[in-house]
Amino acid sequence: MNFTFRIWRQRTAADKGQLVAYPVSDISSDLSFLEVIDTINETLSSRGEETIAFDMDCREGICGACSLVINGQPHGPEKETTTCQLYMRHFSDGETITVEPYRADSFPVIRDLVVDRSPLERIIQAGGYISVHTGEAGDANATLIPKHQAELAFEAASCIGCGACVAACPNASAMLFVAAKVTQLALLPQGQPERLHRVIRMAETMDHEGFGNCSNHYLCAEACPKEIPISLIARLNREFLAAALVGQEFLEPPHHSVHHE
Amino acid sequence: MALNSRTPTGPLAEKWDRCLDQLQLIGPNRKPKFRVIIVGSGLAGASAAATLGELGYKVDCFCFQDSPRRAHSIAAQGGINAAKNYRNDGDSIHRLFYDTIKGGDFRSREANVYRLAQVSGNIIDQCVAQGVPFAREYGGYLDNRSFGGALVSRTFYARGQTGQQLLLGAYGALSRQIHHGKVRMHSRYEMLELVVEQGVAKGIITRNLVTGEIERHAAHAVVLASGGYSNVFNLTTNAAGCNVTATYRAWRKGAFFANPCFTQIHPTCTPLNHPQQSKLTLMSESLRNHGRIWVPLRVGDERPPQEIPESERDYYLERKYPAYGNLSPRDIASRAAKEVCDEGRGVGAMKRSVYLDFDDAIHELGSDAIASHYGNLFQIYHQITAEDPYKVPMRIYPAPHYTMGGLWVDYHLMSNLPGLFVIGEANFSDHGANRLGASALMQGLADGYFILPQTLGHYLAQQKSGPVANNSEAFRASEAEAIEKIARLQAIKGRTSVASLHRELGEIMWNYCGMSRTASGLQQALTEIEALKEKFWSSACVCGDSNNLSQSLERGGRVADFLEFATLMCRDALTREESCGGHFREEYQNEGEAARNDRDFAHVAAWEFCGDEIPPLRHQEPLLFETVTPSVRSYK
Ligand SMILES: Cc1cc2nc3c(=O)[nH]c(=O)nc-3n(C[C@H](O)[C@H](O)[C@H](O)COP(=O)(O)OP(=O)(O)OC[C@H]3O[C@@H](n4cnc5c(N)ncnc54)[C@H](O)[C@@H]3O)c2cc1C
Ligand code: SF4
Ligand code: FES
Repeated sequence: MNFTFRIWRQRTAADKGQLVAYPVSDISSDLSFLEVIDTINETLSSRGEETIAFDMDCREGICGACSLVINGQPHGPEKETTTCQLYMRHFSDGETITVEPYRADSFPVIRDLVVDRSPLERIIQAGGYISVHTGEAGDANATLIPKHQAELAFEAASCIGCGACVAACPNASAMLFVAAKVTQLALLPQGQPERLHRVIRMAETMDHEGFGNCSNHYLCAEACPKEIPISLIARLNREFLAAALVGQEFLEPPHHSVHHE
Repeated sequence: MALNSRTPTGPLAEKWDRCLDQLQLIGPNRKPKFRVIIVGSGLAGASAAATLGELGYKVDCFCFQDSPRRAHSIAAQGGINAAKNYRNDGDSIHRLFYDTIKGGDFRSREANVYRLAQVSGNIIDQCVAQGVPFAREYGGYLDNRSFGGALVSRTFYARGQTGQQLLLGAYGALSRQIHHGKVRMHSRYEMLELVVEQGVAKGIITRNLVTGEIERHAAHAVVLASGGYSNVFNLTTNAAGCNVTATYRAWRKGAFFANPCFTQIHPTCTPLNHPQQSKLTLMSESLRNHGRIWVPLRVGDERPPQEIPESERDYYLERKYPAYGNLSPRDIASRAAKEVCDEGRGVGAMKRSVYLDFDDAIHELGSDAIASHYGNLFQIYHQITAEDPYKVPMRIYPAPHYTMGGLWVDYHLMSNLPGLFVIGEANFSDHGANRLGASALMQGLADGYFILPQTLGHYLAQQKSGPVANNSEAFRASEAEAIEKIARLQAIKGRTSVASLHRELGEIMWNYCGMSRTASGLQQALTEIEALKEKFWSSACVCGDSNNLSQSLERGGRVADFLEFATLMCRDALTREESCGGHFREEYQNEGEAARNDRDFAHVAAWEFCGDEIPPLRHQEPLLFETVTPSVRSYK
């Protein structure tokens, strides 16, 4: 198969980037999308040029590292598929394919197709966990969890933190990402003690990091490679409302500590 | 040099308690005066960093990905073992211990493996408390399954995403400590050198992968949790970034490398379909419960599988191992597949795969039943290969998957260099010559949550607390080495891509140091690696700028280290003149079965770096079996 790849090149965060065209010819339809970029990079190497930078690691759809916007769509045209699981047979011969980094104010470009997704880290750090020290836990079977509830929690927990939901949203909202974690922990008995202030702390951090609000475009769930359902955002809103009803003064105030030398 | 494993005396079941009794403790006020570096944020690194942070130590944790949550542990599928005996089917700590040590073909330390089994139950408790959504039964209790041929059901799982869920649990705990200021997380950082002062580990040299800055980090102790080195083979089931740099660089600074030739090849992976392929994907071993493995009887039979009649198929595992058939152990199934492909009977475009056929199972049980067992896996396979396993047989081939070898550690998980600890897949400790399914996740979390935080405290208790300096001669020299290596890589200015050089290395290792090995083949590999090293240093293209994100520089550095490390692997394989577990030397077999040699090789081989021009020294730690009697594995 033959293609023209138009790929975003940008040397540093400060530079103005541009799309550069790279023709690829005679490749097998069995190649994965990232393997085509690998071949382009090999050609660049053979000319002594710097390769195209892009994030990836597992190449099997689970680590959440890969992150491209392909023909305007985060993770490309296939449903429930990460970029690394896309194959060239999903494209038509001769096609021109545009590859860009995620575009969101909270995700500045580092180089070429690599962006900084660390704001998602800080949202989790603010409360996306259950506060239990190693060694405190009682026997695992002392907590019973109905099967269907465990499965719903599992489905929410399958978010890979790729950030495609943010990239797909016109407001660059991280609501789906936050909703997935909040839902997982709210469904489990172990998550109850911190349930209300968890949602407040995470939502506040989300705002603080400059992510936009949800105005019901639903593009996040369409882009999500792990089928995190849009209904979780409604659930997040309910959790948030419940916390607001209890009132801030009854919840631990969010505190941000620094590393003391 | 005698290696002291510091294994406690006394009965096996009491050793860990005795060790704990004798450990020195540090008061809560003093703990924050100690700084610990952890390289790695996989199951081992993240669990250790979180736990040490909770205890009050100051922790710096490093990973090369953009988030600790993306460590390679995330990709583990099948499950995690624990001797809970929830199923009342006869499991016990002793049985998990015995299965693990036997699975490792009696090449691991009894005391370490026993302790692993002892703490296995605590891991499950901890993970459930963190909200890890393990599979459950209708009654709300945890579900278990039997895995990898085990006779008891002791494997806990979260669909096919156990590693992901366990890692996200540890990542949550780590994130909490980051939030509380106890752990400083350094993502997109790569450790390039270990700093050793007068034989004691004092810190590391890193490269900030975004700015290119070379930095010095000093601490009271350094913990390596940097994972395995399967990617020396290039095409593997591992994530693209997995590398040997951290452990290999530590080796060059004096840490011993143990059993580097012990690697595991997994029999059921997606096959090689085209030369540009970058990855082989693991297909769960459970497929072998219903699939039948075969190749055409005749060399050069090009007919599609459906047109090959029963009489012209060779179900070679069923033929050779009637008792276990398609469920023969990983190493045996892998070697058998290689054999038939070497004979020219392999199938697929590259002739390097065998059929895994579900036709009989579908006829017998119906496609719905098969879909309920394997629907998800069939879908993944279909996505990768565009072939529908309900209609045509799957094609599979073995792929490198896990490395049992690693830096040598004692019972305290400390290397021979005081102050350097090694945990998870990066150490050699618990799996001997072959790892059992669902036991790597167990080991990573046992090390990180329950063992290291205790033994590391004992070491720190004997150190001076307070500020640590990073301006010694050792820091300066290590930093200079790191800078010099980068400059050397950039000075090559060649036109051969690092990726293609990595492919060449992978082929050499796969052909001569893979599933089956011979003395002459390993000698050949050593010669070819030398030539490839020269080719690398004269023609590689590593053309990024060093003061910016440069992936070609990152990969260039990693492949340069793989090239040197490959030699050590081959030497180890050459000197271990026996067959055991994943290490099969063709010269040492009885009628096709591995012939272990307990008289001469019941020991750990621990290699010491002696300089670039001098061959490394091979030390031995004898393996003493006080409780079990090494037996011969037979699957005929
Ligand atoms: C496809 C697959 C499926 C598997 N399934 C199972 C299973 O079902 N059950 C089971 O028990 N085991 C399984 N395993 C094995 C298991 O996943 C691994 O052995 C285990 O997760 C390793 O964990 P770790 O913490 O030691 O290392 P890793 O998870 O590999 O983490 C390594 C860490 O070190 C960091 N690092 C490495 N080098 C450097 C450096 N130079 N500088 C800075 N940071 C560095 C990385 O960024 C990463 O954070 C599977 C493995 C594979 C490949
Ligand atoms: S919710 Fe979906 S799209 Fe968003 S980070 Fe999670 S997996 Fe990615
Ligand atoms: S590379 Fe891991 S999800 Fe794509």
